[in-house]
Amino acid sequence: MPTSTASTRLGKNRTGMQTSPALAKAMLENAEEDVTEPTASFDGQALAEMRASYIRDADPLGSIPPPTTAKGAAKSGAKMMTGKRPQAFLDKLGERLAYERGGARLYDAAIAKFLAHASELRGVNVEELRQIRDEEVAHALLVQECIEQLGADPTVQTPSADLVGVQTMGLLQAVTDPRTSLAHTLNTLLAAELIDEAGWEILIAMAENMGQSDMAARFREAEEREQEHVFKVRGWYEALTVETERLV
Amino acid sequence: MTLALFDDRGTPLDRQRFTWRELAGKPISKLDDDAFTRVRVILMNGIESEQVRFLHAAARMNGEHRLPLAQVRRIEHHQQTMVNWLLGADHSPLETTIGYEQVAIEITAALAQQEPDPYLAQTYRFGLLEDFDHMYRYAALMDRVEGKDANNILQSYTDIAPGRPTVVEHRAPENDLRKPFDRRTAAPITKMNALTLVAAEHQTHDYYMHVGPLFADPVARQLYAEIASIEEQHVTQYESLLDPTQTLLEQWLLHEANEAYNYYSCVQSEPNSRIKAIWERMLDYELGHLRFVGELMKKHERRDPVEVIGERLPEPIPFESQREFVRATLAKEVDLRADGPDYVSLEEEPQSSIDYRNHMNSEGSPSETVSKGYTWRPGTELTRQAVNL
Repeated sequence: MPTSTASTRLGKNRTGMQTSPALAKAMLENAEEDVTEPTASFDGQALAEMRASYIRDADPLGSIPPPTTAKGAAKSGAKMMTGKRPQAFLDKLGERLAYERGGARLYDAAIAKFLAHASELRGVNVEELRQIRDEEVAHALLVQECIEQLGADPTVQTPSADLVGVQTMGLLQAVTDPRTSLAHTLNTLLAAELIDEAGWEILIAMAENMGQSDMAARFREAEEREQEHVFKVRGWYEALTVETERLV
Repeated sequence: MTLALFDDRGTPLDRQRFTWRELAGKPISKLDDDAFTRVRVILMNGIESEQVRFLHAAARMNGEHRLPLAQVRRIEHHQQTMVNWLLGADHSPLETTIGYEQVAIEITAALAQQEPDPYLAQTYRFGLLEDFDHMYRYAALMDRVEGKDANNILQSYTDIAPGRPTVVEHRAPENDLRKPFDRRTAAPITKMNALTLVAAEHQTHDYYMHVGPLFADPVARQLYAEIASIEEQHVTQYESLLDPTQTLLEQWLLHEANEAYNYYSCVQSEPNSRIKAIWERMLDYELGHLRFVGELMKKHERRDPVEVIGERLPEPIPFESQREFVRATLAKEVDLRADGPDYVSLEEEPQSSIDYRNHMNSEGSPSETVSKGYTWRPGTELTRQAVNL
């Protein structure tokens, strides 16, 4: 079981050029020798052009279905008339819902890691992590309720919700790998929480623009909890990292 | 003295068992294990996947042996799982790809040197220079898309430089077929070398077909599409070296012997004691399969298995850098082309291959685009740019 200290131990990492001077010397025979020459060799243009050509030709990830209830549909219709795009708001609500649900599962994995390394973080109780986890669930339910209020379907995976899965793939891999330490896990949670906090800020602004002041107020409460999450996770991560440094 | 194939009875089939926990065991360390440990893991996954593929194909064409085929195949499948799950999840698909190309280069080069049949050895050198080029293109992709240095995976054992350019590797199908060895006269090592390369290339093809669509970047999607196509050509090429007149049981026996040979080679060279114990266990399993299939051959064909595969395994495959051989081959043979089963000079390449690839490349060449102006440098080409700031 790799503790945070063990994960920074000295050992036989073989990835660098200095692992074997003889092999490295042979390897360098294929590299450019004179690094003071201008960078005539680097040409990102061809690659950029191929990307641009695909971007111009690309279809979007998908769409947002219209609200299904009459009340919601009427509301959406009204906003469309005034130039506001309720579906953009629904898309971001879908994103937040996906993120908070995924966040709860990220904490489930982090709690397992924490329990396996319980002695590493003195003064921190697993209940604190469980509380954050439960708040992520509560936030997901809050967003679900808001989507329903707008007459939309909370089970839809909107384009931005879909992208949450792509964006957080690495975070989940980092936390669920048994070989990563508690410090690695907290570092990953911190990244997740920082993104989360910024997501709520945008959502509050959008809710206000949509004239949904009650919703905005509830989102503000959620954002405050998220700020606490950032504060706590950052504190644990820093404590553990500094402590690990001292131990080494 | 190498291993005597029939002295050791191996593990009996009914004792070849696994648990899920064993199958999903601890992976190797991408950072600390030797690159050749990963080479062995990838190679043996290829050997096992070929086995499962062959045993399924055999079952489709033969009713009589379906039960023994199913019995052995189940074990082979779990052996493959145990081996393939040794790759850690911190390998990105592109990093694993670099590992696959390292296998293709180092193993093809090693087999080319131990191959006694000059035509097959020539074929291996021909394929080698194409896989060597794939490494260069993928290294450029890795640098330019992920900002990573492919040498973190290669550990300086394998050069990163152009080979026979991928853009000209695309040939008409008739120019990928080779002349098979003769089952009656070919040495056991010749039969096994061909099988090993079929296995390695087939799994590489399947891997690229699987991970290619996982990439978002169109540059990567195109490059995987292009190189997967060459891997399909390589499977065609190496597969055509196998004598099609071999009986089903003869081919099965050869597959088992080749698995034993490859695991035996892994045992001889593995420095990681935990992984070495896995290779030893798998070798014992394969010897059990060999004995089992040998008995089938005696019963159904009234033949002695020794006449097909010999009494002893050949000298083990060396798992070490073949840099000098690769460089020498590159210097002499990069301009070879294929005309039917024959190797010819650049100028003599058939028009059918040229027409075929001119169309394939008519909307651009992924391998040329991704690597335009690329030279590998330690720590990625961005370090070069930093010098010029």
